[in-house]
Amino acid sequence: MVTFWVSLLAISILLYVLLDGFDLGIGILFGLTRDQARRHAMWGAVAPIWDGNETWLVVTAVILWGAFPAVYALLLSAFYLPLVLMLCGLILRGVAFEFRYKAERIRWIWDFGFFAGSLVATFIQGMTVGALVEGLPVTNGQYSGGEFGWFSPFAVLCGIGLCFGYTLLGACWLIKKCEGDVKAAAYRQVPYLAIGLLVFLVAVFSFALAENLQIMHRWVERPYLFIFPAIAALAAIVLAVSVERHRDGLPFYMVALIFLSAFGTLAISFWPYMIPYVMTVEEAAAPHSSLAFMFWGEGLFVYPLMLIYTVVSYRVFRGKVRETPVH
Amino acid sequence: MDMTALFLSRIQFASTITFHIIFPTFTIGLAAWLTVLEALHLSTGRAAYRALFDFWLKIFGMAFGLGVVSGIVMAFQFGMNWSVLSRMSGPIQGPLLSYETFTAFMLEATFFGVLIFGRSRVAPWFYLFSTGMVALGTTFSAFWIMVNNSWMQVPVGYALENGIYVPTDWTAINLSPVVWVRFPHMLLAAYLTGAFCVAATGAWYLLRGRFITEANIMLRMGLCLAAVLMPIQLFVGHLAGDYVHDHQPEKFAAIEGRWHDEQPASEVVVAIPDEASASNKYAISIPVLGSVIGSMSLDSKEVGLTSFPRENWPPVLIPFFTFRIMVGCGLIMLTLAFIGSYLSLTRRIGRNRLFLWATFLSFPLPFIATWTGWFTAEVGRQPWAIYGLLRTADAMTPFLTARTAAISLVIFALVYTFIFSFGIFYIYRLMRTGLVPPMVTPAFAAVPNRPLSLAGEGERVLAEAGE
Repeated sequence: MVTFWVSLLAISILLYVLLDGFDLGIGILFGLTRDQARRHAMWGAVAPIWDGNETWLVVTAVILWGAFPAVYALLLSAFYLPLVLMLCGLILRGVAFEFRYKAERIRWIWDFGFFAGSLVATFIQGMTVGALVEGLPVTNGQYSGGEFGWFSPFAVLCGIGLCFGYTLLGACWLIKKCEGDVKAAAYRQVPYLAIGLLVFLVAVFSFALAENLQIMHRWVERPYLFIFPAIAALAAIVLAVSVERHRDGLPFYMVALIFLSAFGTLAISFWPYMIPYVMTVEEAAAPHSSLAFMFWGEGLFVYPLMLIYTVVSYRVFRGKVRETPVH
Repeated sequence: MDMTALFLSRIQFASTITFHIIFPTFTIGLAAWLTVLEALHLSTGRAAYRALFDFWLKIFGMAFGLGVVSGIVMAFQFGMNWSVLSRMSGPIQGPLLSYETFTAFMLEATFFGVLIFGRSRVAPWFYLFSTGMVALGTTFSAFWIMVNNSWMQVPVGYALENGIYVPTDWTAINLSPVVWVRFPHMLLAAYLTGAFCVAATGAWYLLRGRFITEANIMLRMGLCLAAVLMPIQLFVGHLAGDYVHDHQPEKFAAIEGRWHDEQPASEVVVAIPDEASASNKYAISIPVLGSVIGSMSLDSKEVGLTSFPRENWPPVLIPFFTFRIMVGCGLIMLTLAFIGSYLSLTRRIGRNRLFLWATFLSFPLPFIATWTGWFTAEVGRQPWAIYGLLRTADAMTPFLTARTAAISLVIFALVYTFIFSFGIFYIYRLMRTGLVPPMVTPAFAAVPNRPLSLAGEGERVLAEAGE
């Protein structure tokens, strides 16, 4: 039962990162251009699906609460202020999708909300992961770091890194979904973003070595972990080639693969801990009766349906976004 | 324990959830109304039903979107401000709220897509079926929320092990008698909200002489439905009072403004309760009625607050007044619904401007009744987060400081005020525009994964045409 729910949790987080990752990234790219036509096309590439993407965040939160209440309570209370900002960021960009085309004179407010909301939410997600990797101050199963205990140069570095990562993912989605100007611009941006991400990864790695972070010991204990950087390196090469040769479909999947291997690396380095070196998956799990109650309804039936539904909605939306809308 | 942080956290939860509850209440009612309209449209083929359906679907979309956005905060707030509660009762509340998310996502989001984009792509019966499924989804949401809240009011089916509440009997939790009184009470509140908003819109259009046919349908259907539901609601409300009487005597005493045991008990109609002196000022009360309401007898003994330890008293002033405001709203709605049904039977309703004004102005009443009902239930449960088990003060994240809580409260207040002012303004604009002939096909981005997007499609096509 615990394995089942930890797997579902992992799938949900991964789906959230990949799916909302690209639309958050496009939100950041949206703020980097003033060109109305390009903005319009970017909007079209995410507007129909962002909502479903964000649902995975709520799904993650409620699985965490139902199946791993101790982790839910610890993490959410520890990251109090960052989460307030992240939620406000997500709300702002969510309503921006609704209100942008209803407004004329104040459209800039919603444009700004879309950009700023995306940027803030991305940065905070990266920072949270960074703080977790570094290790949260916890005493007796309770967070003890104070208001800013999560704050550290390493966490900030991870926040910036994720901004590069999501933006890269977003640019590759634009390459996949758009034509013309937007696609050309995205092709120009990808190398910079990729290099940015690479620099960040190197920085994180050296930082972890220099600080002798506990997580690094895992690599010595578990040499098979090196398969993930290998996959990522391979994906990076294919990414470079496909960008060079303008294969529109490929880059997105390659960046997704890089994300996947980063996620795998983290998950396996954490295992069996859920919050590194504080709480294991077994310790965090809710009693069997809770997990079983969730399993026989939502786990066994609803969750698979949700996956199918996500696939179907992406299939309906497959292909390039038309540049000029139908009248 | 920081008392200021506790106070601010309570204010924050209360205000965010007060904002949030408007939208679910409204959309549960509207979803049912849409199903009725679509069924009528299918069976009679009248164009007016179709026009009404399209109009209310847009408003539904907008309100649904605002409900989703404000609901995300709810899923996080439990862990952020109330981490002790969410850790201890997580094994029970977590699964319940996860069912809420899962079933709501499945039924609402999936079939809502069909409603927006599917009219031309699916068979008419399937379209009707999808409308029904959306309504069912909103109903399920309400069900799980009510199971969760009822467990906090009257905890059952649990065992305390190592400091956490372990569920031992899910049947008892899900099918607790308290749930089966409070869930219908909430559902009826939502239907009445829908009915009054629809009737008020009809009255508004009639007053301005617009969309006469459709406005008449809205006015009549809304008021006649309310005339049927309102008496049932009063009865179910009385049953809800019974559970409070039996399970939460302190709350009952606070609502009744009863400070000392009485036999037979009188019923305080109006007064200003004073906690310091444990007495009522300017009280108007009716002898014996208190025993009748509390125990259906003429001579029962009813408990007063002073029979309970002082530290278990809920605040008296708020439940005492909010309860009376709720009942007052209910009685006004009942009167309106009865007069309106009578007028529409005699076919004079459209000409009675005074009544039309009264109906139009009545649209805030169901919302006020829902709010005050919830205030009574939630403030009356204090000082407990989980009644009798966990005090609100002990449920809070222990290291939360007043400064942090103040920052988050201010941020949430600003963001909510900002987006909801615009949201309500845009809903008002949709209403003012009124019923329009079916728009051109939706814009380029037509995919069924976007509950928030409906309201904009029409204007967006226009906006793009102008670009």
